[in-house]
Amino acid sequence: MATDRPHLAVIGAGPAGLAATAAAAAHGVRVTLLDAAAQPGGQFYRQPAAELRAHRPQALHHDWRTWERLRDGLDTYARAGAVTHLTNHHVWFAERHADRFTVHALLGPEQEDPVAVQADAVLLATGGYEKVLPFPGWTLPGVLTAGGAQAMLKGTLAVSGRTAVVAGTGPLLLPVATGLAAAGVQIAALVESADPKAFVRRSRALAAQPGKLAEGAGYAARLLRHRARTLTRHTVVEAHGTERLEAVTVAALDGEGRVRPGTARRISCDTLAVGHGMLPHTDLAETLGCHLDGVNVQVDDEQRTDVPGVWAAGETTGIGGSALALAEGHIAGRSAAARLAGRAPDQREWAAAAKSRTRLREFALALDGLYAPPARWSELITDDTVVCRCEEVTGGTIREAVAELGAGDVRTVKLLTRAGMGWCQGRMCAAAVAGLAGCRLAPSRRPFARPVPLGVLAREDTHPTERGSS
Amino acid sequence: MSSPLDLAQAHPRPAFTVTLDGREIEALPGQTVAAALWTAGITSWRTTRDGGRPRGVFCGIGVCFDCLVTVNDRPNQRACLASLQPGDAIRTQEGTGHGD
Repeated sequence: MATDRPHLAVIGAGPAGLAATAAAAAHGVRVTLLDAAAQPGGQFYRQPAAELRAHRPQALHHDWRTWERLRDGLDTYARAGAVTHLTNHHVWFAERHADRFTVHALLGPEQEDPVAVQADAVLLATGGYEKVLPFPGWTLPGVLTAGGAQAMLKGTLAVSGRTAVVAGTGPLLLPVATGLAAAGVQIAALVESADPKAFVRRSRALAAQPGKLAEGAGYAARLLRHRARTLTRHTVVEAHGTERLEAVTVAALDGEGRVRPGTARRISCDTLAVGHGMLPHTDLAETLGCHLDGVNVQVDDEQRTDVPGVWAAGETTGIGGSALALAEGHIAGRSAAARLAGRAPDQREWAAAAKSRTRLREFALALDGLYAPPARWSELITDDTVVCRCEEVTGGTIREAVAELGAGDVRTVKLLTRAGMGWCQGRMCAAAVAGLAGCRLAPSRRPFARPVPLGVLAREDTHPTERGSS
Repeated sequence: MSSPLDLAQAHPRPAFTVTLDGREIEALPGQTVAAALWTAGITSWRTTRDGGRPRGVFCGIGVCFDCLVTVNDRPNQRACLASLQPGDAIRTQEGTGHGD
């Protein structure tokens, strides 16, 4: 009987969550897969809304065959009754009882209807979100995250303008620029702060990844065909406009990461897609009590966190891309299946995945050293640059809290200035505030993973944990 | 030369009408509020509480809450997540969206 099988709740239907779901379901576990989107795929394999009736969604994607395998696997196990995929479920809290877990989600168009799912174990595949470091004008409409530009393109087949500058640092910029170009957006410039010479210095670590290098070269070649100009060791120093973006000023960087005087130039554009890397979503892991290593959920060889019954895979354990997420998800699913059946897994069962995990983690580490925001990025933040977008707290206010009131960490800055206290709970500004305060970015310890209506909290108190309670 | 719809060979059903501050705009089935507004050439639909500054899509994935908008008199909907139905009334959101 299916109901006698151990029950695993997988949170997140991106590459890690889908790989974990398939691996666990294939080894006798009943899986409930919860995800906020209407369709599986996560951010990397985000699919156009079904009603848009896209006949060639693969035109927006890389490595479509991997996606087909993930999608077909999910369909097969769902049809067999081994997997229940709960779409549009926004998970806000997961709690551990003696040996069981309750995962709380909100659903419905307004995300006000509470649902609770009971499980024997939880696998966190919550992914990540983009980090953007502030600069004057970054709040203007038309300035958006590079990943956001890509998400809007993949998910809704929409672009925000006709002429875009793609800027910042990281492996995401090239695919975003080529994606926008293919969709008819003129790429006025790709502005990358990294130094191409650094790639040569790390050629050994990179050469171990021929597939990944070919992928990058492919993007670069396609971008060339669109006649996009690429500026390395450059940064955007300001976005201009009154009601919306009209242009950006870019400038060259010197060896110290400072803007070179006299190199500033203005580029007209109506869209700036900007990003400085990614950060993991760790709120659910933190409330479950999982140990974090820096900003990443710490896991062992089996992708287990230090909380019994909680596994984690993909970006939440450290930013590394979709291929790494697949390997980690597979291992986590296999481990969970074995442990839930009461046996220690034989790690030789997933030797191939473990090998690619090692290789891809090394690659991610190498990329991390290559792609770096300008060392002096915080000097671009003027005293009247809004840093906390939600609460409209400026660089000057934060500097005052640091220099005159002695705030030395993100939390103290928040208490003194409200920076990080708004709707996004500091997700957009924490990295910048940490930079201005001169401290490391630490986990923020948010009680809930998303805003929750007070009525839901009141109800949770009196009606705990029944699946589908309302 | 291309549009995102062409690129993905998308053939949605005919567009329907919604309104932004009373003005009619077209939306395709499956588009979010943000996608429909972008397609209509609109990139801002909120002003901030303190500075009254315009905002639109920033993160595009529901994390930043910058794209908040009022739909059918419900303020603080994330335009990048909210779907649209024929006849929906979208309104530019000023401040908290709850009036002064």
